[in-house]
Amino acid sequence: MSQYRIEVRVKPRPGLLDPQGKAIHHSLNSLGWEGVNDVSVGKAIYIEIDADSADTALATVEVMCRKLLANPVTEDFEVSVVDEMELTSS
Amino acid sequence: MTNPTAMQVPPREGDPEITPEIVADHGLTPEEYEKVLKIMGRDPTFTELGVFSAMWSEHCGYKNSKRLLRLLPTQAPWVIQGPGENAGVIDVGDGYALAFKIESHNHPSAVEPYQGAATGVGGILRDIFTMGARPVAVLDSLRFGDLDSGRVRYLFAGVVNGVGDYGNCVGIPNVGGEVQFDRGYEGNPIVNAMCLGLMRHEELITAAATGNGAPLMAVGARTGRDGIHGATFASEELSEDSDESSRPQVQVGDPFTEKLLLEASLELIASGAISGIQDMGAAGITSSASEMAGRGGSGVELEMTDVPVREEGMTPYEILLSESQERMLVVAHPGREDEVREILEKWELEAAVIGQVTDDGKFRILENGNVVGDIPALPLTDGCPTYEREGIESEQVVALREMDLTEHMTAEGDLTKDFLSLLRSPNVASKRWIYEQYDTTVRTGTAVRPGGDSGVIRIRGTSRAIAATTDCNGRLVYLEPRTGAMAAVAEAARNLVCVGALPTAITNNLNFGNPLKTHIYYQLREAVLGMREACSAFETPVTGGNVSLFNETDGKAIYPTPVIGMVGVIDDISKIIRHAFNSAGDDIVLLGTNSGELGGSEYLYVTYKLVAGHPPSVDLEAERLLQQAVLKMNHEEVLNSAHDCSEGGLAAAIAECALGNGETPLGVSAEVDEDLAPIVSLFGESHGRIIVSTSPENTERVLAIAALYDVPAKRIGTVTEMASGFSIKVRSGSVQARMTDVAEAYFDSIPNIMDAPTGSEA
Amino acid sequence: MKVAVITFPGSNCDYDLFKAAQQVGGDAQFIWHRERGLESYDAVLLPGGFSYGDYLRAGAIARMSPIMEDVIEFAKTGRPVLGICNGFQILCESGLLPGALMHNISLKFESKDVMLRVDRSDTMFTKDYTTGQVLRIPIAHGEGNYGADDETLKALEDQGRVVFRYVDRDGEPSDEANPNGSWNNIAGITNETGNVLGMMPHPERAMEKLLGSTDGLALFTSMAGSIQPS
Repeated sequence: MSQYRIEVRVKPRPGLLDPQGKAIHHSLNSLGWEGVNDVSVGKAIYIEIDADSADTALATVEVMCRKLLANPVTEDFEVSVVDEMELTSS
Repeated sequence: MTNPTAMQVPPREGDPEITPEIVADHGLTPEEYEKVLKIMGRDPTFTELGVFSAMWSEHCGYKNSKRLLRLLPTQAPWVIQGPGENAGVIDVGDGYALAFKIESHNHPSAVEPYQGAATGVGGILRDIFTMGARPVAVLDSLRFGDLDSGRVRYLFAGVVNGVGDYGNCVGIPNVGGEVQFDRGYEGNPIVNAMCLGLMRHEELITAAATGNGAPLMAVGARTGRDGIHGATFASEELSEDSDESSRPQVQVGDPFTEKLLLEASLELIASGAISGIQDMGAAGITSSASEMAGRGGSGVELEMTDVPVREEGMTPYEILLSESQERMLVVAHPGREDEVREILEKWELEAAVIGQVTDDGKFRILENGNVVGDIPALPLTDGCPTYEREGIESEQVVALREMDLTEHMTAEGDLTKDFLSLLRSPNVASKRWIYEQYDTTVRTGTAVRPGGDSGVIRIRGTSRAIAATTDCNGRLVYLEPRTGAMAAVAEAARNLVCVGALPTAITNNLNFGNPLKTHIYYQLREAVLGMREACSAFETPVTGGNVSLFNETDGKAIYPTPVIGMVGVIDDISKIIRHAFNSAGDDIVLLGTNSGELGGSEYLYVTYKLVAGHPPSVDLEAERLLQQAVLKMNHEEVLNSAHDCSEGGLAAAIAECALGNGETPLGVSAEVDEDLAPIVSLFGESHGRIIVSTSPENTERVLAIAALYDVPAKRIGTVTEMASGFSIKVRSGSVQARMTDVAEAYFDSIPNIMDAPTGSEA
Repeated sequence: MKVAVITFPGSNCDYDLFKAAQQVGGDAQFIWHRERGLESYDAVLLPGGFSYGDYLRAGAIARMSPIMEDVIEFAKTGRPVLGICNGFQILCESGLLPGALMHNISLKFESKDVMLRVDRSDTMFTKDYTTGQVLRIPIAHGEGNYGADDETLKALEDQGRVVFRYVDRDGEPSDEANPNGSWNNIAGITNETGNVLGMMPHPERAMEKLLGSTDGLALFTSMAGSIQPS
């Protein structure tokens, strides 16, 4: 059993309007940053979870994403393991 | 202009071939397709088929409702603009005109409640400011299933959040609305939003494309692939397989851009640089351009490659049918395009010339100069086939209506307990949880906030104010559509007179199931007929509205819900009245009588989960006299409060008067001597009743005015201090409760349901 | 009194502030965020609303607007700068006021009347109130939960820079009376020199009996009375 730190990146679906990204993009341009082609805004969620393996941990978090963390209609998600800590059995 | 015929257009490379399957997928029947062929004189291209499909959808073409809608009264001396424009407009005095309209976003909200509701508010705001009016208030009329379902709580929370976030950000106060929870709306929430806007008469602008060669400009947000075929989608039933793949891409609202677009549009109209403006709403560029051409009796030519897009590689089909939000189509005066661009640029938005008005009566689409679509414009907008169908009442509904309720009426039980259960029902309980998420005071015009009988917005610089309300009890319409629709109009009018406003005009939102089914068409027809009778009786013409059909999931339709959005005018803002009792010692007077029905009541739903029986009858003449009597009493300033009696019946209505906004509740000591069972006396929902309070020295005058108008009136009790509690005695029984218990039942119910740890789930 | 009301893209209380300034005799002007030059004004008002949609963080993009450089210079001259709601958020983002406004503890937009206690009646914004006076003023915000690091909060209290606090009807700052979770029930603060006030509640919406309260009026009369005509 290990403890995994999982990073969930939730991002707006490509093609959908991203008002936040659009407003920030506009603002970056008006502040003089050239060559900014696109901005989109998502969020990162960090979850620490006990699991037998990295695969199990990721699979569990993916279910969480589908059920709660991401809106399936408007958002996509990616999950990855950022840290692993072995648990000492007690 | 003679009927132009379509020119030959070669198929566009990459577009699918037209097959019967593709035609069916576009929601056109074989007969309708025949009509397309006749208009075109040849097979349509894929692009043209998409255009027909959108324009002839129920959402744009009103094909199943148009013939019925023609039955509604639309004229009155104060009507400046009736149905057919972006919004209706009425004169409200002192040189001011009021634009107002209600619109539905039911289907999008069922799929994605937050964005669906948000974009619904966005759309109705644009309908108002494209008339030249500044939006001054919104109301929302919502229906959901029972709140014991997690999915329903998720939808409810999401919709409220979406309505709130959009209106709050744009800065339009929410002044009222209503919500009903009933299993009849389980799979199909209803989200109707109404907006009111004020302007000077001379600021009115309409949406017609006139002037050969006048440039057409797209202004505001860019066009993406959002909601392609939303109009067709809104005209179909939802089913289990309305999954992601078959869904059109959900539209995402951007209220920040909307606010900029609002300011830019009003500035454009004021500049005189444009002659017409219309929202690109349902069916996007297609409907806005063809409708503007239709109204102007002209043609339009649009170059697809000039439309500012958000995504690469969009086809003409996609550009024409995109429902990206926060966009407008503008007809500029030739030579003034730069002025338009400058105004848009100031508001950090784009404007691009995408075509021009023509005089050949065609709706013509170009791609890089090549014609990819060429459709006679008038038949496209006006040639949409309309249907009058057979309507037959459902046997099941007849059985429910004829159910014998004697046992339910005479049941023995604890009346106080029943009363508190009723107050706790989300249909009666305080809706504070909702409207405390809405900015109600921005623009410093809100004289009566949500929670009263109607919202009231003053007209700055005058002594006048506008009142608005939305009403409809779908259960009553379900049980007896004609009576139920009349009841909705009557309730709306009562709600207006209860703040001191004269009922003036109506916008309606007809939310129904699939009209191809005979029992649904019956509901639709009967409801329109009921509305017509009531609107004629009250002299409140219908100046526009919206139709949302096919509100069904897996074959189960919603209750027929013709929401009435009614507006009224208050001449003297110093005479606005509110629903709350305000002094202990005041007399409580009941105007109107109890006609003794219990059918369709909240009591039956709370106690037996039953929607049955004859709904209370509606006496339109009595309603009209009641309205006049209350306005007369208010004019003479003899009323301290007035409140309509509706869901929950007399006991709940009196409790609402005693509680007010909860800050300083008062007590009640009343006795109602009616020859009726206690349950019917206390909880029956007879129409035509208003509870007023008056200083004792004025009671005689109140009763005298009532007599003058033949309105039954009786002093039924006294307002007391809070500590004296709540007491209503009826012939054989009573309700007796402490005000703290009454307040807790009424105010804490929805928060307890919604803010509990398990309050929401996807 | 010549008053500048700054309009950012997405401001929606600019008109209300304009009217409030007029009501106390002010000569109010709208200044678009891309304009420059505030030297000739006696007071600067930053209105509520959703500048840039409150995308990224409330006030974060607006404080980059050209006019904000002038607002900072104006504040240094000791003349009054008032930021209400989104204006308060912009003042915090721009560094004219310390701390930050976070999401309400309920995670919901909160729109209702609240009770405010005047803790300082010796500022240029509150001299027409009395200390301890309880006011009824509307709030309407989603991000009004005031917080800062311990040192800043201590300095604010020690220096008496908390001007308004959320209280109950008896004037006590209870948790129930706190609509957004603000630390120590803080509703409004000033800078060290006392000429920049940020507050979440909307006094400009409490100027007439018709609208439910006149308790905001004295804030604007105080400001008008503190200004030496230039």
